[in-house]
Amino acid sequence: MKFQKILSIGVLGTAMIAGGANAEVRDIRIGVDVPYEPMEYRTPDGELTGFDIELGNALCAEIGIQCEWVVQGWDGIIPGLQARKYDAIMSSMTINEQRREQVLFSDPYITPPSAWFAPMDAEIGTPSDETLEGLTIGVQRGTLQDNYVTDMYGDVAEVNRYATADDMVLDMDSGRLDAVFLDFPIGKSTLLESEAGEYKVVGEKITEPVEYFGEGFGIAFRQRDQELAAAFNEALATLKENGTYDEIYAEYFGD
Amino acid sequence: MEALMNWLEAQLADNSIFTLQTLGYYGEGLVTTVQLVFLSLIIGLVLAVPLAIGRGSRHAWLRLPIFFYCYVFRGTPLLVQLYLIYYGVVFVEGIQDTWLWLILEKPFVPALIAFTLNTAAYTTEIFRGAIKSTPRGEIEAARAYGMSWGLMMRRIVLPSAFRRALPAYGNEVIFMLHASAIASVVTIMDLTGAARFVYARFYAPFDAFLFVAAIYLCLTFAIIYFFRHLEKRLLAHLKPASG
Repeated sequence: MKFQKILSIGVLGTAMIAGGANAEVRDIRIGVDVPYEPMEYRTPDGELTGFDIELGNALCAEIGIQCEWVVQGWDGIIPGLQARKYDAIMSSMTINEQRREQVLFSDPYITPPSAWFAPMDAEIGTPSDETLEGLTIGVQRGTLQDNYVTDMYGDVAEVNRYATADDMVLDMDSGRLDAVFLDFPIGKSTLLESEAGEYKVVGEKITEPVEYFGEGFGIAFRQRDQELAAAFNEALATLKENGTYDEIYAEYFGD
Repeated sequence: MEALMNWLEAQLADNSIFTLQTLGYYGEGLVTTVQLVFLSLIIGLVLAVPLAIGRGSRHAWLRLPIFFYCYVFRGTPLLVQLYLIYYGVVFVEGIQDTWLWLILEKPFVPALIAFTLNTAAYTTEIFRGAIKSTPRGEIEAARAYGMSWGLMMRRIVLPSAFRRALPAYGNEVIFMLHASAIASVVTIMDLTGAARFVYARFYAPFDAFLFVAAIYLCLTFAIIYFFRHLEKRLLAHLKPASG
């Protein structure tokens, strides 16, 4: 305890000295836990890629700094930031209050979308109480998608809850389900890609309301690195404006 | 009724897990579980009586298929049987276009089929043992009276066999109730399905599962009581004579 206190004072002191010397934002290292497709994973030849990696690199380029990626297991990813093994975390980290006490978050850069999937020949309009009435909808038990569908459409539609996404896809194939509500990337790989031509996305991708889908993913910094966070927020706003963000988004979350 | 609901709502006012909604899930789950278990036991019982008689037949063409059926259904986990029937039927080409799909589309009937076939296999074996242990003297006496095989079965063998099978069959009924807990893997919202839903929703494993365990205990108690009552009536002749 005492040792920790001494250490933290020491770290604080060093940081104050360093902060004084560097008004400009310096080159940084970013911690990431792989794999978590499609956000961060390795290509067959071992290169890091994914939505986080590409967006992170684009942000660094926009700020005009060099960024180096450091792979770190999820358990130690916040301690690693505090211990200065890297200066930021960009690893599909959901913004929440507990984490806010530990780290400083950037603005949310993405809320992972969920989407409705239905057989190609199904005639379901934009999902609503009327269009889903009497249909059988599949969800994975206990997921945020389950909570959302149960609360929004539990009264008008029949909700079938599955232990795994595989069981659900099987029942979708057999015709027992009229639609499923899934994490978009999972649905994309299991329904749109591996059974090409059989299924389609119905309606818009869904990322709201916050009480179900969360505040989204943020880049985490140490509490005192406010300038760094501000620089990333600014760059993020620019990329969203000039279309770079949409390009990267479409690459990983496009239909 | 409305006063009752208001009272219940007041009782549950500061309870975030057991709301009227979740209690409703438990209530529907109870109905589904009881329906599923009761129907499968009744149909299984009706199937098991002729099967048990056939199982002890002298003719191999009758005895062996029944033996094989019992062996398969007692020799594989009920969960596997349920998976095979629910997901397996899907792979029959073109089944979606036949009338069969109307009853197999929803998970209830596939689960009912799996449970019925399973309990029928066990019950067949229970009855077979009871039939086989009919005292020889009773059979010889029936023959001496000139009873036909059918009459002997109806009047002598089956009535005493049912009585002997009763305690073992009571066990099977309780096992079946507990085995029905796996119905939720094929999306049926039975009691366990409701508990799993509440658990996943509120991250409260103890509350969700202790509550459902208490409901199962009540059901089991009712079954035990029912069978004790039956045994008292039907097995009265086996009680030690009191002075």
